[in-house]
Amino acid sequence: MAESDNIVVETAEKIFADLADPQTINNDKKGAWQAPLWQALSEVGLPLSWVPDELGGSGASLADGFALLNAAGRFAVAVPLAETMLAGWLLAQAKIASPEGEMTVLPASPKDRISLDADGSLSGRARGVPFAKAAKHFAVLAHGKDGVAIALVDASKARIESGLNVGYDHSDTVTLDKVQPVTLKPAPKGVDQTHLMLMGGVARSLQIAGALESMLDISVRYSNERVAFEKKISKFQAVQHNLARLAGESAAALAAATSAADAIANAKVFDDEVYLEAASAKIRCAEAAEKGGAIAHQVHGAIGFTIEHILHRYSLRALAWRDDFGSESHWAVELGKLVANRGADELWPLVASR
Amino acid sequence: MTAALRFDPIRLPEKCEQLRKEVRAFLAEEIAAGTFDPHKPNREDTDAPEFSRRVGAKGWLGMTWPKKYGGQERSFLERYVVTEEMRVANAPTRRFFVADRQSGPVLLKYAPEHIKMEILPRICRGEVCFAIGMSEPNSGSDLFAAKTRATKTDGGYLINGTKIWTSSAHIADYMIAIFRTSPPTKENRRHGLTQFLVKMKQPGIKVNPIGQITGQYEFNEVVFTDHFIPDDHVLGEVDGAWKQATSELAYERSGPERFLETYYVLTELVRAVGPNPDTRSAEGIGRLVAQLHTMRRMSVSVAGMLEAGKEPVVEASIVKDIGTVWEQQLPHRVRDLAAFVEETATNRETLERQLDFAIKTAPKLTIQGGTTEVLRGIIARGLGLR
Ligand SMILES: Cc1cc2nc3c(=O)[nH]c(=O)nc-3n(C[C@H](O)[C@H](O)[C@H](O)COP(=O)(O)OP(=O)(O)OC[C@H]3O[C@@H](n4cnc5c(N)ncnc54)[C@H](O)[C@@H]3O)c2cc1C
Repeated sequence: MAESDNIVVETAEKIFADLADPQTINNDKKGAWQAPLWQALSEVGLPLSWVPDELGGSGASLADGFALLNAAGRFAVAVPLAETMLAGWLLAQAKIASPEGEMTVLPASPKDRISLDADGSLSGRARGVPFAKAAKHFAVLAHGKDGVAIALVDASKARIESGLNVGYDHSDTVTLDKVQPVTLKPAPKGVDQTHLMLMGGVARSLQIAGALESMLDISVRYSNERVAFEKKISKFQAVQHNLARLAGESAAALAAATSAADAIANAKVFDDEVYLEAASAKIRCAEAAEKGGAIAHQVHGAIGFTIEHILHRYSLRALAWRDDFGSESHWAVELGKLVANRGADELWPLVASR
Repeated sequence: MTAALRFDPIRLPEKCEQLRKEVRAFLAEEIAAGTFDPHKPNREDTDAPEFSRRVGAKGWLGMTWPKKYGGQERSFLERYVVTEEMRVANAPTRRFFVADRQSGPVLLKYAPEHIKMEILPRICRGEVCFAIGMSEPNSGSDLFAAKTRATKTDGGYLINGTKIWTSSAHIADYMIAIFRTSPPTKENRRHGLTQFLVKMKQPGIKVNPIGQITGQYEFNEVVFTDHFIPDDHVLGEVDGAWKQATSELAYERSGPERFLETYYVLTELVRAVGPNPDTRSAEGIGRLVAQLHTMRRMSVSVAGMLEAGKEPVVEASIVKDIGTVWEQQLPHRVRDLAAFVEETATNRETLERQLDFAIKTAPKLTIQGGTTEVLRGIIARGLGLR
């Protein structure tokens, strides 16, 4: 594991190593691992990393939180850590205190809208909401007559239809029908649905990059163990070249995701340059998940296709995470429109601005 | 983790942005003065000696080298900005680029003092052109199969044999080449090659141009017949060039020139689709921009590693592999996306002319400077597979 000098990441990695070992989790079909892991993460305040002290959180920086999500990706942890962090972050934007327990955010897709009615109630449908089923509260971004609002909603007030994503994690449809929120406040200037989607997209990018790092790691290890035709398969040039390409995809994903995280963490305003970083990260990481995951499976042969093997914990989750907070197709269209709108001669200045 | 392939999100410091403005202003003046046409990558006049001198006069050659050799002692990141702005503008850099990127740093490391004092300041002034003599007819990827002999004689060496694919040899003043000084040993087949500084346009050197499928003449065959090289033109250790050659690679392989060679077609595509693209064009452009942005962030990161004194051989190979595969696909993707562009697009002709040239250029991109297969071998070694 890459040595980290970041205390937040170190703490998280220690908990993951103790309580989220992928093989142990994979063997535990009943999900008994979930509660102790969540409890350990909560005890040290990691789910509310992005919530300041005065609003009930642990007040870590955006940068530390992003690094934590990358570590979570390396373990492919399947508890609503990223979701609760995002929810806490969203609530904190409107100075709403975070409650204890699991949370998630609505909407989780750029196409869905939650609307705020004149009586202060919320209505609308959000699809593909990660871990909605497990959440006690939702952080909701809603559109009202006077602009964008942020609300804390009790999850029991919503109608939830269960769904599973490609990675076998909950991805649910949440319907709010004139639900009165626990708290409702106007969003500060600049925080809108696009901003939320890109923030979620960068969180997913870091998770995907982490999963790819692990896929590279276990694929290299496997190739050095598996013998075929009386040689380790790592000695075949075709296998070496496949792994070199996987290393490239993993490196590209990590570079795109960490660059976007760094851009957001240091941004004063969410301008075109930050948009370029965040959208690019989601697009490039999703592409890397597809290409890199395919290679990891190829190197593992049939064993990697079994439910007993841990590879799918990384490969399928990385594929599933592509869909949350806007797919790469969505962001590519949006980024393409932005570039076209700025005009040909402004393309290079935009790219070179970072 | 097996491999800590971390590309830290280096940001270019403020003084780079100031420099970028200066480079853009300079290039705009050159374009206005008719030195080159940024929309014409396939121009015939790629050798522009006067332009080289003006770039030198700006202090943009040998930027990172010590002042006593004419350098500016500036950072790799500043050099990076100059390189990318030149590339994006399609500036005619052929005459100075190899010397600035590669040959100068080799001389700095291995040449005797009087040669450094003689040549480096001239490189910085944009007066000299360098070529790289590595490949031979039966030795391309397998560099260590090189056969061209350097035989010891009074006060120097006599060279016999042939180098090939030598870019710019027809205009070069010097070449840095590897020649065989001893046979390989049983234990080390890489042993026995030595790096030399060759003065071109001398007796015993014949340069034969080789045409390329783009219609241009860029590389050559160079035939040596009893060509004499004095002893003080040996660079580094006799028989030990293999150790020296590898550290050169990080410089050669990670720069913006490794993903920007066909960039111009992307700009023209954006121009052709206009401000309100359909979904298909928008998505295609968005993906290409995301890929470009990511590679550039990786490339800047490697420049930061060089600045920090590291030798990021594996990281540089990754950037070159991904970058060249991308710039090779780019013209084909653009062709694809431009298929439904309105007949009336104002730059339609430019785009078509550019695509024609870029598509012809594309095949070489994953070969020059080390093939994809060779790079993946280096990456695999970095992963501990060999
Ligand atoms: C535009 C251009 C400019 C160039 N400029 C210069 C220059 O200035 N100076 C210079 O010295 N050279 C130059 N070269 C040469 C270039 O470095 C070589 O072409 C390159 O190293 C490949 O060598 P080759 O052409 O002999 O191909 P080969 O080595 O014969 O390779 C042919 C194919 O076999 C593959 N192959 C070879 N060995 C292996 C292996 N071990 N494993 C897997 N695959 C393998 C290669 O990857 C390639 O796909 C230039 C080339 C181009 C195209």
